[in-house]
Amino acid sequence: MSTLTVGRRGFLKVTVLAGGSLLLGAYFEPVRAITGKASRAADFMPNAYIRIAADGAVTIIAKNPEIGQGIKTAFPMIIADELDVDWKSVTVEMAMADQAKYGSQNVGGSSSTPNNYTTLRRVGAAGRQLFVTAAAQTWNVPESECTTASGTVFHRSSNRKLGYGELIAKAATLPPPDLQSVTLKDPKDFKIIGTPVPNVDAPGIVRGMPMYGIDVTLPGMLYAVYAKCPVFGGKVASVDLAAVKAMPGVRHAFVVDGASPGMSAGLNPGVAIVADSWWYAKTARDKMRVTWDEGSTEGQSTAEFAQRAAELSQQSPERSVRKDGDVDAALSGAAKVVAAAYSYPFLAHAPLEPMNCTASWQNGKLEMWAPSQGPFGGGQLAARTVGIPESDVTVHITRAGGGFGRRGFNDFMAEAAWIAKTIGGPVKLLWTREDDIQHDYYRPGGFHFLKGGVDADGKLVAWHNHFVSFGENGRAALTADLSASEFPARFVPNYALDISLIPLRVPTGWLRAPGSNALAFVMQSFIDELAHAAGKDPLQFRLDLLGAPRMVTDPPGAGGARGRRGGGGYDAARMRGVLELVRDKSGWDNRQLPGGTGMGVAFHFSHRGYFAEVVEASVDATNLLKVHKIWIAGDIGSQIINPSAAIGQAQGAALDGLAQALGQEITIDRGRVVQSNFHNFALLRHRQAPAEVEVHFRITDNPPTGLGEPALPPVIPALCNAIFAATGKRIRALPISKQGLRVA
Amino acid sequence: MPYQLKINGKTTTVDVPADMPLLWVLRDVLDLKGTKFGCGVAQCGACMVHVAGTATRSCILPVSAVGASPITTIEGLAPDASHPLQRAWQELDVSQCGYCQPGQLMSAAALLVRTPKPTDADIDAAMDGNICRCTTYLRIRQAIHHAAGNSAPPATPMPKGSKGAL
Repeated sequence: MSTLTVGRRGFLKVTVLAGGSLLLGAYFEPVRAITGKASRAADFMPNAYIRIAADGAVTIIAKNPEIGQGIKTAFPMIIADELDVDWKSVTVEMAMADQAKYGSQNVGGSSSTPNNYTTLRRVGAAGRQLFVTAAAQTWNVPESECTTASGTVFHRSSNRKLGYGELIAKAATLPPPDLQSVTLKDPKDFKIIGTPVPNVDAPGIVRGMPMYGIDVTLPGMLYAVYAKCPVFGGKVASVDLAAVKAMPGVRHAFVVDGASPGMSAGLNPGVAIVADSWWYAKTARDKMRVTWDEGSTEGQSTAEFAQRAAELSQQSPERSVRKDGDVDAALSGAAKVVAAAYSYPFLAHAPLEPMNCTASWQNGKLEMWAPSQGPFGGGQLAARTVGIPESDVTVHITRAGGGFGRRGFNDFMAEAAWIAKTIGGPVKLLWTREDDIQHDYYRPGGFHFLKGGVDADGKLVAWHNHFVSFGENGRAALTADLSASEFPARFVPNYALDISLIPLRVPTGWLRAPGSNALAFVMQSFIDELAHAAGKDPLQFRLDLLGAPRMVTDPPGAGGARGRRGGGGYDAARMRGVLELVRDKSGWDNRQLPGGTGMGVAFHFSHRGYFAEVVEASVDATNLLKVHKIWIAGDIGSQIINPSAAIGQAQGAALDGLAQALGQEITIDRGRVVQSNFHNFALLRHRQAPAEVEVHFRITDNPPTGLGEPALPPVIPALCNAIFAATGKRIRALPISKQGLRVA
Repeated sequence: MPYQLKINGKTTTVDVPADMPLLWVLRDVLDLKGTKFGCGVAQCGACMVHVAGTATRSCILPVSAVGASPITTIEGLAPDASHPLQRAWQELDVSQCGYCQPGQLMSAAALLVRTPKPTDADIDAAMDGNICRCTTYLRIRQAIHHAAGNSAPPATPMPKGSKGAL
């Protein structure tokens, strides 16, 4: 780890972490808060994250967007604990998008916690240090004799104390402590971290207070809809704009050619309609006469993709990604060989708050309000789209009604920016649900043609996968790739992975646990098939496959060394730990279930987290599937920051996976998406949620990592394996609702 | 066209087209933003309000069809958030993104008026029209039982190493 100090007074710390990622630390110059409110003019900001008022009131700035993952609560908890203030004295305020001040504010990849945990502890500890120094100097005693608690510095031997609020004048004169050398608490002394803290916005949520992007209102604001060609890559051929402009409430209607220079996801061509209310704009759009230039849609349908994949599976693969041992020889020498074809569909994200952005154009500058998972990048995209310097864009981060990866793409911000500039004023762009389902960046479908072999002792000795995915010129589409180190690579002596690609015109992107949400289904279902072929207990077969507790890595320079998130290493000990934990908690070894009921197990490593899950499900005589219970065992390191939110994330991820498995599918027909709303893209409903989802964390001596995603992938194969245990029917294609089972 | 509406105990006149759904009258004309837009086709329940005490999807209810029926929105459920459901929602930390929760609360409030001591099956039936994309269903179920004064089902075990109780 190295530190670079920029500027003589600024103490803008640029920390290069061991992994090579760049982290801009706190802007650590004592500044008077500029709050715009006269009554708070005397507040003191020891750094960009903390504001202390004279009465001791503490405001902590939450830097990362809140999309339901709990980060707006978790980050301030970390700072408050090290600052040593009472949680009840803390008010949380959302940061502006400002990369220079806060470093990355992107939320995705379950990366917020691992990338910020230690830094934010230092931010809080540095604040505490400043008040300790201020008190020690005020009393003329050594700092070592001072202690803190509840936002107060104590000098016990002289029975003196001063609240942080009483110390702000003195603290403001002191040089800022060095972030890297401040003393952090011993975790056993944490008072807030590790305790269940409710969502900081809960009081507003239950009152229906405005806080989401869709709720933003500006004086004189107009409302916009934006219609795009239903075929990806299409554009406007002709449109009767005069008729649109004559409709009630419509102020503007215009064609947008599209294109955001140099950006992959930006402004797509379409027709903008701006009106006095959103209802007027939407009604005008419904009546609009438009003809689209769809371009070529050849080969772009779900049925054609499946046909092409079957053809490719019979041909030599396009490229070999990994070849360990001799798979062909091992398969011909195996005691049992299983061959199976697995597939899964495209999926949409469908966060409940539709895409929206409010943008105000004034004097050549843009001010924006956006529910985005990458608000700073969204501002950059907007600047490039309308052709103004990035410094002329201000982005306010709003609470987001779900994200799931969709809001990592800021196409809606580019659209709002363009519309605001064109009309020269404030406008709120709001998509319909149909826009959302039909203009997403989809989880790509995929096809796996697998062969596996077990030896006479029931040991997995051969694994061959010909993965038919999407992409062109040897490059897989976004999130359509399969890493050379993906499990069970490195755990099977004879292992081969080949990939062939089908050209795709459908945009793809990160959906909660990208890659993993599909791959776990394939790998852990096929492992189950091989366990049964070997005549082994499916859970014990997995423990045997993981082998001795050890860190499994590729040798330097080997083809498979570049792994997914986590640096390519796979800690067999941690995975064994959660697998044994879920075995014990679910009573796996002593399971006695009625006919038609089964338990299935699966595990998966993603986003630095190790998870093993068991599902109990039944299928009745009418082929009705019911999920009874899920057990989750996870290892995300040494510290659960907020147990209440952690349990919620794990449960939510598992049920999200359940929803995908049970009934979700996006199908493509002639280059466009067939589904349009929740009647044909099914989200999970109350009656489908199992009665219980038990969550257990195994605390290990590893850095704390994120929890938005890694609990999702194992639940899908665990469910499919439970269906096999219950019925003998193997699910090799998703969704389950298309496989002869009825879903409650 | 002018319509006289009784919303959260107050009478208001709005001048809007007859086909404008109540949702957009609430959100964009009267600035009551707690009622949410999720689907526009009565599939998700984010827009749930009470019309004459009945849980009703405001996204497909034309303003002209409201008539004299009194309307309650999330803002009027209990402005001080003292409704037992609002309290239970906070105590059990139900919300994740929170976007659907006003609609969930309105459906749950209508359920408790009809069925003060609901079973799990009653809850599933009454709440099935309310989608939670974050799938907070287990805590919603628990919070409704809690607000109804039913004996709470076993709490989810807390993770090892954590302090306090949920």
